[in-house]
Amino acid sequence: MISEKAKERMRELAKRYPAARSAVMPSLYIAQEEEGYITRAGLEAVAEAVGMTIDDVESVATFYTMYHKQAPGKKIVKVCTSISCYLRNCDSVMEHLEQRLGIKRGETTPDGNFTLQGVECLATCGYAPVLQVNGQFVENVTLEKADALIDDLE
Amino acid sequence: MPETAKFLTKYIDVPGIDTLEVYRQNGGYEALAKALKSEPDQIVEEIKKSGLRGRGGAGFPTGMKWSFLAKNDKPRYLCCNSDESEPGTFKDRMLMERNPHLLVEGVLITSYACRVKTAFIYIRGELPYAADQVQRAVDEAYEAGLIGSNILGSDYSIDVIVHRGAGAYICGEESALMESLEGRRGYPRLKPPFPAVVGLYGGPTVINNCETLCTVPAIIEQGGEYYASFGTEKSKGTRIFGLSGHVKKPGNYEAPLGIPLRTLLYDEQYGGGILNDRQVKAVIPGGSSTFFLGPDKLDIPMDYESVAAAGSMLGSGGVIVINDETCIVGTIARAVEFYRDESCGKCTPCREGTYWLTELLERLEHGHGKMKDIDLLTSICGNISGKSFCPLGDAATSLITSGVRMFREEFEYHVTHGHCMVG
Ligand SMILES: NC(=O)C1=CN([C@@H]2O[C@H](COP(=O)(O)OP(=O)(O)OC[C@H]3O[C@@H](n4cnc5c(N)ncnc54)[C@H](O)[C@@H]3O)[C@@H](O)[C@H]2O)C=CC1
Ligand SMILES: Cc1cc2nc3c(=O)[nH]c(=O)nc-3n(C[C@H](O)[C@H](O)[C@H](O)COP(=O)(O)O)c2cc1C
Ligand code: SF4
Ligand code: FES
Repeated sequence: MISEKAKERMRELAKRYPAARSAVMPSLYIAQEEEGYITRAGLEAVAEAVGMTIDDVESVATFYTMYHKQAPGKKIVKVCTSISCYLRNCDSVMEHLEQRLGIKRGETTPDGNFTLQGVECLATCGYAPVLQVNGQFVENVTLEKADALIDDLE
Repeated sequence: MPETAKFLTKYIDVPGIDTLEVYRQNGGYEALAKALKSEPDQIVEEIKKSGLRGRGGAGFPTGMKWSFLAKNDKPRYLCCNSDESEPGTFKDRMLMERNPHLLVEGVLITSYACRVKTAFIYIRGELPYAADQVQRAVDEAYEAGLIGSNILGSDYSIDVIVHRGAGAYICGEESALMESLEGRRGYPRLKPPFPAVVGLYGGPTVINNCETLCTVPAIIEQGGEYYASFGTEKSKGTRIFGLSGHVKKPGNYEAPLGIPLRTLLYDEQYGGGILNDRQVKAVIPGGSSTFFLGPDKLDIPMDYESVAAAGSMLGSGGVIVINDETCIVGTIARAVEFYRDESCGKCTPCREGTYWLTELLERLEHGHGKMKDIDLLTSICGNISGKSFCPLGDAATSLITSGVRMFREEFEYHVTHGHCMVG
């Protein structure tokens, strides 16, 4: 269910831009906040608010990796696996987290608590290796720091 | 020439500089007030005088770009490119998180100079804190009458919209960024026409990198000539070099253009030497889209011309350092995976080519490659580079072509021995 308030926010955004469809991306974020991922109801609400067809909205949503196609875990842990982090052993951090959480990258723990992702450069290359938990950065990650983090979150 | 000056990072460590109050206590928005008292064209002239060139990667002269804006009656727009995602680059995120008002002031001065009425700040989706900081700064500035109607009592009015990306490297390419802002999939457009002629919603559009815009207030305040007294003949001023990889003290450092690469890597003020006191094997000087430089190139000055003459590009200023304990095949394989994943899929050479490059590199890295795969790699690169729709395709090949040329024996060793020469 997309709340009336959320729909109102989307309609306001559509008025804020020189062209209503420019509000499609921020509106998709609102839909995702409401339901955790992009649902059919989310697509419908966005389409209505910004004056696009549902298919058109879906084609935008599927282009961008940050709109979830299914419900992710409560904590999304993103480990950067790009070059500067690679040079600073991000692979050992990733393998450690895979073992610790008992899942492979791209998967969600059965209890729905954690989703583990390998992601591209997070613009933190000088403090590698790095990861993000629900958008918050953790820099200069060591295996101990990774463990402590999971302990904290559990 | 004065020794050092900081135009971008002078106040970055001042506690609370991210608030309007402290920013103003440190002279913030005085450059805007000064700008509003001059004619827009005078500001464009001042930026031309400063010699400032785009810090997004291509190094196009900023003042010239502004003066190329088409003169017609369509609304003009400004887009700040804060989509920072080039591996090895982490300066814009720092500027936005720690001194967001500096960016806002740069956006406002530039908008005034270019007679823009609506400005957008396009921030990479993966940087929510940076987006919050910039949004908060914009809100504060609206409240203080620095954005909105008749700002600072002038007859100039301006609207600023913070827009978040949602995970797509290609949206940093300016034409894809405009597609994305217009609410579509981020596929690049054909250039020319450049955005300065036909841009957002069809209007003439200024697009500049976040660091470029953050440099504008200091130039207006201290004068283009002063700014131009730093740097080299053709590469003026300072920029932020981001050191990552195998240096002892990685991080962002503002330094004049033309600083020797060796100084950046070894000086205590900067990188402080190579990790584990090893030797340099290679340096990627401007983000992962640029070509390797070998240890014989450490004495080059880091300016646009010298790095190009040495066979690479100054790019986004992300200096990635690789020491001699590192397997070059594995490093290249990892770097190229990025381009496979981020290819937008619009054109065949890049979409298919980056896939095959990654397959071949994986095979070589894990010791299943054949000798002919090495030449196949360079041949695929030849079929991508110059034949792709946008520069992302070219970028995917730079580490392979330069890497095979410089380290061919390591690729061969992987074939003959099934594992790396080092480590
Ligand atoms: N910062 C980052 O995260 C990344 C940066 N890059 C960099 O991007 C660069 C390529 O960017 P492009 O925009 O394709 O380069 P470009 O050379 O086409 O353009 C550079 C800028 O100058 C403008 N321009 C060029 N000629 C013009 C003319 N005649 N009239 C008006 N404006 C003109 C363009 O609109 C653009 O804003 C690469 O060199 C690479 O280093 C690439 C990937 C990521
Ligand atoms: C694939 C690709 C990605 C790019 N990503 C960025 C980026 O993240 N940030 C940026 O400022 N410029 C990026 N650029 C360069 C922009 O197209 C454009 O040249 C730049 O924003 C112009 O600003 P400047 O003149 O201030 O450098 C990218 C270019 C390409 C081809
Ligand atoms: S070169 Fe790659 S990123 Fe650029 S348009 Fe073609 S497929 Fe898309
Ligand atoms: S390479 Fe990992 S943050 Fe840039």
